[in-house]
Order: sequence, then C-alpha cells, then structure tokens
Amino acid sequence: MTASIGRRSAEWLPALGVLVAMIGLWEGLVKALHVKRFLLPAPDAIWRAFASNQSLLWRAGWWTFQEAFGGFAIGCIAGILLAVVVARFDLLGHALMPYAIAANAVPIVAFAPITNAWFNPLDKSSKMAIAAVLCFFPVFVNVVRGLRSVKPQQLELMRSYAVGELTVFRLVRVPTALPYLFTALRVASVLAMIGAIVGEYYGGSLDSLGANIEQDASLFQFERAWAEIVIACIFGIGFYLAVAAAERFATRWQPRIETSGS
Amino acid sequence: MSVVEIQGVSKEFKGGTVALQDIDLQIEQGEFVSLIGPSGCGKSTLLRVIGDLIEPSRGAVTVNGKSARQARQDHDYGIVFQDAVLYNWRTVAKNVALPLELAGWSRERRQARVEEMLDLVELRGFADHHPWQLSGGMQQRVSIARALSFDPALLLMDEPFGALDEMTRERMNAELLRIWEASKSTVVFVTHSIAEAVFLSTRIVVMSVRPGRISKVIPVDLAQPRGTATREEPRFFELATEVREALHLGGHVEVPA
Repeated sequence: MTASIGRRSAEWLPALGVLVAMIGLWEGLVKALHVKRFLLPAPDAIWRAFASNQSLLWRAGWWTFQEAFGGFAIGCIAGILLAVVVARFDLLGHALMPYAIAANAVPIVAFAPITNAWFNPLDKSSKMAIAAVLCFFPVFVNVVRGLRSVKPQQLELMRSYAVGELTVFRLVRVPTALPYLFTALRVASVLAMIGAIVGEYYGGSLDSLGANIEQDASLFQFERAWAEIVIACIFGIGFYLAVAAAERFATRWQPRIETSGS
Repeated sequence: MSVVEIQGVSKEFKGGTVALQDIDLQIEQGEFVSLIGPSGCGKSTLLRVIGDLIEPSRGAVTVNGKSARQARQDHDYGIVFQDAVLYNWRTVAKNVALPLELAGWSRERRQARVEEMLDLVELRGFADHHPWQLSGGMQQRVSIARALSFDPALLLMDEPFGALDEMTRERMNAELLRIWEASKSTVVFVTHSIAEAVFLSTRIVVMSVRPGRISKVIPVDLAQPRGTATREEPRFFELATEVREALHLGGHVEVPA
C-alpha cells in the first residue's frame, strides 16, 4: 500500500521539473522582453523582496492563517452539527436543503465588507466570520449527502441485528460520510484562506497579509506584494496538505486511486 | 416445531400493489427451501417478512415458535443479500465479527469464532484483507461467514449469487451445500435460477406474479451429498422441467436460463 521512496520520487520529479522550468521561463521572458515591473516582476526580484522582509512576511502569514483556521474550525463544526440534525429529520432536510444548495452557489465572499462592519475590522473575528460562512455551506451540504448515502441493504442488515439508531449512526453512517466530509474540508481549507485575505482587502490589521498586499500594490511595491502572495500560497498549500493528510489517516482503509488535486 | 411458520400472509404496499397474497408455508428444521419466481412475484418480500424487515399487512409469521419480531431481536437468523454488504472500512475479520461485537461477545471469543468461520468458508489467510481486495465470490463468502457467525437457527438468503458469473455461481452453490451440511442450519433461499434451485434445495416453492402467490411446492429428492455429477443426472433434468412448467403455469413467459 505504501509506495516506496523510489517510486514516490519518480512521481514527484516530473512535477518538480515543470516548476523549475516555469520559473526559469518566467525569469527569462521578463528579462528578455523588458516587462515592466508593475506588470510582472522577475522571480529573482520577488525572491529578494521575500528574503529582506522575511520576519514581517511570516508574521503576516501566521496572522492571516489564524483567521482562516479559526473560521474553518467554526464553519466546519457548525456545518457538521447541523448536517447531523438535518440528516436525521427528513422534514428539516426538505425545508433547508434547497437553500443550503443555493447558498453554496452564492459568491459569499461578496459579504466580506459587511462582516467587517459587524465586527471590528482590525480584529481577527471579522475575517473568521467570513471564512466560517464560506466553509459552512460545502461542509453542511456534503455531510448531509454522506450521511444519507448509506445503501438501504446496509440499513436492512443493521435492522436484522436489532440495533438502535445510535449504533447505526456510529457503525454505518459516520464511516460512510467520512469521504464526503473530507472532500468538503479540502475545499473549505482553500475557501477559508480566500475569505480571510479578501476580508483583509476591505480593511484589516496591518499585521495581516491581505492588508499588506493591498497597501504594497497601491504603493507600487510590487515585488513585496508578490512576496506576500508567495507566503499566502505557502500557508494555503500547507493547510490543504494538512487536511489531505488527515483524510488519508481517517480513511486509510480506502483503496488509493492515484489522482491529481481533488 | 417448525422453524418458520407462515399463515395467511398478505402484503399490500402503499399505492395498492399486492406483493403477497394468502401465503401459507411451513419450513422444518434442516430444510433448504428455495423461493423461485419471476421478478415481482414477492419472493424477496416474503423473505423480508420472515426476517421482520417488512411487516405483513395480514397474517402471522413465527420463527422458532416466536413472533418474527421477537426472533429478530433474539438474533435467530442470519441474512445474506445479493450484494455482500460488507463494510469497506472494516477488515474481513472485523466484518465477520460485527454481529458478535453487537451481541457483546468478548474479544477472545470473537477471535476464535472468526477463525472458525473463515475456515468454514475457506478464506483463512484473508482475515486482514479489506473487502475491496477480494473478488465478488470471496466477498459473498465473507457475507455468509458473517451471517453464520453467531450460529443462527435460520439462514435467509436473497439471491446471494445473482451477481456472480455462471462458473463462480456453480462453485459457490457447491460451497453453500457443504456449509449448510456442516452448520446444520435451515436455509430459505431466494433465486430466479431454476438450476440453482434444483441443485441446492430439499424443497422448491414456485411463486407466481400479480398477486404474489405460491403456485406449486416441489420436493427435491436428489441424493445428498450433491456434486457436479448431480447436475447431469436424469432426475435433475426432470425436476428442472417440473419447475419450469410450474413457472409457466404461473404466468411466467420468460425463457428461464
């Protein structure tokens, strides 16, 4: 089941090669075509900006990540809890699911300026609020689907054992719903970072990434803005990978199908 | 005392479909009874009525002299479906142990019984595999081991080999007969294969469609133990013909396999 290190590196190397080639091409084209630095700075300039502002950048990234993670935790827990209730009571499901599915398709990030008005914009809570709302809907909708996707024969088998609803929930519904939950959590980890950063664009502490990106871009400090985007990528990808690792652990019984991304 | 006693059972589903009408049937200890009939004749419904998975609209069912509900609560029967219905997140051993776990058996007793059951279905060595690593036939054997693990008096089987290819099905038929003899349980077996019914059963209950009724009961007097040679005996063909004709009289027009 576990791939050997050798096979692993054989899978990773081509992707790493593409990354190096892309950065090389970027550097080469920017230099050769004399691209203006406000359009696209060269990678080496971004790297210099990154190296000379490291402590500030990591601090801002950590600040924003805390907002994203806080919102993620609140939104996901609320989504799971409501999903459990809704999956249990059909009537509630019929009443709520159409709206939840509709809300899932709404660009909720558009509410970011409003959550800034509800909470203190300099406080982390305003960004957590928007991240939480963003995370809530995909988790809620997917967990309801997961809890309901138990096959009728599995329920008949449990009925033949004459066990209670709680046992069925624990033994059948939860494990069935886990893959659905984690699909949503992976999406939510990305949405949480987007929500926190976009929230910061509309006003946030100068200790945060979004406020810094916004400010540096308006002050023509594009190399710094790009360095901040790099930090956002590092935190975002790290967050996503952590969720993916948790998924691998929680559903380690599943056959592994080689897929790229989600 | 009969293991299963069905008296005047009818089942109407919402919307007025009459799935079963006036079913009377007694099944004795050690019998292997097949329910055969065209799709929609209510054979699976009847099996579920015996298992108290569906409540009849009229009539009474007793299992081991108790109401069907009481029998279910007492774990008096094991059930096998067309799909193996294994839990992918559990290993083979843990799937087999599931009913024992629910009945509160200790870990040691569970482990010993699981080994015994895996021997019975010839899956020793697969205890730590996950269901998706097994073929369809092997999965179904796990499902049978699970159904028999708590030693129920009655085994209910709903087209358990319907999804398997013909070769695997014949092998599983022979396996099942061996297991049936070893476990001395009573089996109620739903199928739509005439050959399967004749090969396995001590008695075949032929059902007709709309409404679902018993049209004929055919005792099978083929010698035990049965094997590949049984399928080539003249008596096997006579019985198969008898079942086929009974199915046709019941309004069944498909050409049976």
